[in-house]
Amino acid sequence: MLRCLLILLGMGFSAFSCLAADIRVAVDADPISLDPHEQLSEAGIQYSHTVFDPLVRWRQNGTLEPRLAQSWQMLDANTMRVQLRNDVQFHSGNRMTADDVLFTVARLKGSVDFKALFNVVQNVDKVDDYTVDIHTTHAYPLLLNILAYVFVMDKGFYEGKAEIVKFGQTFASSNVSGSGPFQVKERIAGQRLVLERNPNYWDQTSSGNVQRMEWLPIRSDSTRLAALLTGGVDAISPVAPIDIARVQRTPDIQLLSMTGTRIVMLQLNQSRRKELQHPKVRQAMSLAINQSLIVEKILRGYGEAAGQLSATAFAGHISDLMPQYDIEKAKQLMAEAGYQEGFRITMMAPNNRYMSDEKVAQAAAAMLEKINIKVDLKTFPKAQYFQLFDQRAADVMMLGWQSDTFDSNNIFEFTLACRDLKTGLGTYNAGEFCDPLIEQGVRLANREMQPKQRERILQGIEHHTAQEALVIPLYWQPIIWATKRSVQLEGVLNFLNFPYWGDLEVSEGIHG
Amino acid sequence: MVSFIGRRLCQALFVLLIISVVSFVIQDNLGDPVRQMVGQSVSLQERAALQQELGLNDPLLQQYGRFLMGALQGDLGMSYYYKQPTLDVIVSRLPATLELSFCALLLVIILATPLGVIAAIHPKSLLSRAVLFISTLGLSIPIFIVAVFLMYFFAIEWRVLPSFGRGETTSFLGLWQTGLFNKDGLRHLLLPSFSLAFVLTPIFIRLIRAEMQDVLQSDFIRYAWSKGISAPRIYFLHALKNTMLPVITVGGIQAGTLVAYTILTESIFQWPGMGLLFMEAVTRVDVPLISAYLMVVGVIFVVTNTLVDVVYSMVNPRVRIPGYSA
Repeated sequence: MLRCLLILLGMGFSAFSCLAADIRVAVDADPISLDPHEQLSEAGIQYSHTVFDPLVRWRQNGTLEPRLAQSWQMLDANTMRVQLRNDVQFHSGNRMTADDVLFTVARLKGSVDFKALFNVVQNVDKVDDYTVDIHTTHAYPLLLNILAYVFVMDKGFYEGKAEIVKFGQTFASSNVSGSGPFQVKERIAGQRLVLERNPNYWDQTSSGNVQRMEWLPIRSDSTRLAALLTGGVDAISPVAPIDIARVQRTPDIQLLSMTGTRIVMLQLNQSRRKELQHPKVRQAMSLAINQSLIVEKILRGYGEAAGQLSATAFAGHISDLMPQYDIEKAKQLMAEAGYQEGFRITMMAPNNRYMSDEKVAQAAAAMLEKINIKVDLKTFPKAQYFQLFDQRAADVMMLGWQSDTFDSNNIFEFTLACRDLKTGLGTYNAGEFCDPLIEQGVRLANREMQPKQRERILQGIEHHTAQEALVIPLYWQPIIWATKRSVQLEGVLNFLNFPYWGDLEVSEGIHG
Repeated sequence: MVSFIGRRLCQALFVLLIISVVSFVIQDNLGDPVRQMVGQSVSLQERAALQQELGLNDPLLQQYGRFLMGALQGDLGMSYYYKQPTLDVIVSRLPATLELSFCALLLVIILATPLGVIAAIHPKSLLSRAVLFISTLGLSIPIFIVAVFLMYFFAIEWRVLPSFGRGETTSFLGLWQTGLFNKDGLRHLLLPSFSLAFVLTPIFIRLIRAEMQDVLQSDFIRYAWSKGISAPRIYFLHALKNTMLPVITVGGIQAGTLVAYTILTESIFQWPGMGLLFMEAVTRVDVPLISAYLMVVGVIFVVTNTLVDVVYSMVNPRVRIPGYSA
């Protein structure tokens, strides 16, 4: 600010050219709607952080910081009292109060995509205009984590027109009033989203100086990169591993990457194949796959080889559980299990869902050949692949999982727990096993309020999974952005890939 | 004339019927549209309910019947992603594709006509050889390589042209967003239309050259020479006119092919036209949009071919198209 003033005085520049930066961002997917509750997707949450504000949000170090919630405390095991900010104004001009929070949570509980997360919230009581009590159905250790999804919506603006329809036009899908740092100026679905800074934003301490922002969905990796290299846009994500060297060669472009929390794994179907029921066979397969080599060669050293499902920041992470690679031991285990001659299995993987997914699958298949397991690999575009995944159409399936609660237990619930059509548990358990130890651990971890105790439970599951080689973890997928040097993205990007654009500083006025 | 148009209309309807059947049959192999629209934690039950709501669980024949009834009333369904009638979505993207195709065809005509004529008149000259060599290249290099090459040099290395998008557009008579009337829009048009033109021009150069050589051997040209008519007049009036007949026919067919080429070109240059729309609809399993796109493209094919026939008979009155009497 002071610097701007000096320039202003010294050069007689208009304040605008110094303060304001306009940036254009090209990403591979755009939010499907202006309604933050319509779809739980990465693009949707990125949008929500820009146009709305959550009650709490993640810091770069993996802890939560207050946003619209000023403070919170547990009244008893099932009740949390949340103090709201009293200086927040929506884009419509309405002031935010407790009523808006009640409205928002009720709406989340009715949203197809969010209801699974918010089922645990029984109801929200208004204490006064800026205080609410959140009651849960049972003691729930992750309540704060899900409050990071409560992007408060303007009750006065939406009320009466608040329905959420997946496949149709609604008021909320094309009209928006949030409290976030940016307001929606224009949206052409699939082409661009134009955002302008909210002049009445409550967070005066934010040093963000982006005045206008344009989001352009560019699906093709090379076109997106070209757009950055030609100066057509200022920031892009993701960058394909194969293009990383090209980006690093360009002096005025910087690469920003960090290991994300999405774990990519191979699931071994125990009900399709009796061979895979044998723990030694699964262990042998796990030992035969060289995760570090996959990361080094295919992901060009980005991302992180995984020997477990929980990312470093998660409670269940065990720091000395590393990926093991030992081909001799693997062969020995195969022989002990009576399969030294090997066998044939089928494997399926997507080819446009995870970073370099097809190449990773090919590499894994080739590695399994070394212990005489012949793999018939088929890869599909994600639209077809996940249909086949739901049908459990192959013996080995590739899956990437990003925990919605940013906690280990979400991964366990969906990929390791026994399949339960009613609760949705185990929906992604393409290993089709049902392990009582895991089942019990998942249930306990969902209610355990003591962090240390809870960590022990989650690590127990992780240990058991690794020991039995129930799945083969491959790597945590990297988050990769490339920007012009003037865009200081590193200050606002976190391991969840939710850049807080409102706080972004751009060092010089670009695009005039 | 009326019966000719009528017959064409019948043909068009028949073509559309076949396209609609095909687009319905392939639907099942595209993937599950619901899956693309929900988050990962949505239970199978919820997904099944959404599928029921969309009518995806009905027998295929019933779904097709519903689609056909709608189509007869001019309603091709709602796009899952855009949440608008599919025809509106396509029409909103149509100008971008038409402008791109138009510019590409214009370039083809401007380049191919003189080059083809020169190659026919002076087949042994260095220029003709060069032209033929380059046109062989153009025929054998796939369009995405041409496009990426052009983009690499003109946009990334030399930074003289933009690499993606349509740039600034202006409203033309309030019904058409056009990029043809401002500098930024035209600059954005250059690379994609050149890459399209690069692939199409060689065919026309070769066609014009071959036809021209043929025509130059004919009696009436020899007669014209002996009459002492000037060379440019013979080449560019008498000979060229008679060369153009097959060019028009092939041109009409190519205009249809152009639609196919724009899918690739539009994807590479992020050109917000119908081709890109279609590509994205496929990845999103936006089934109604895919069907509608195929139908619209079918209509475009039939219309261009009909126009070609009409133009052909105007250029060459000797031709009698069955059912068409002027």
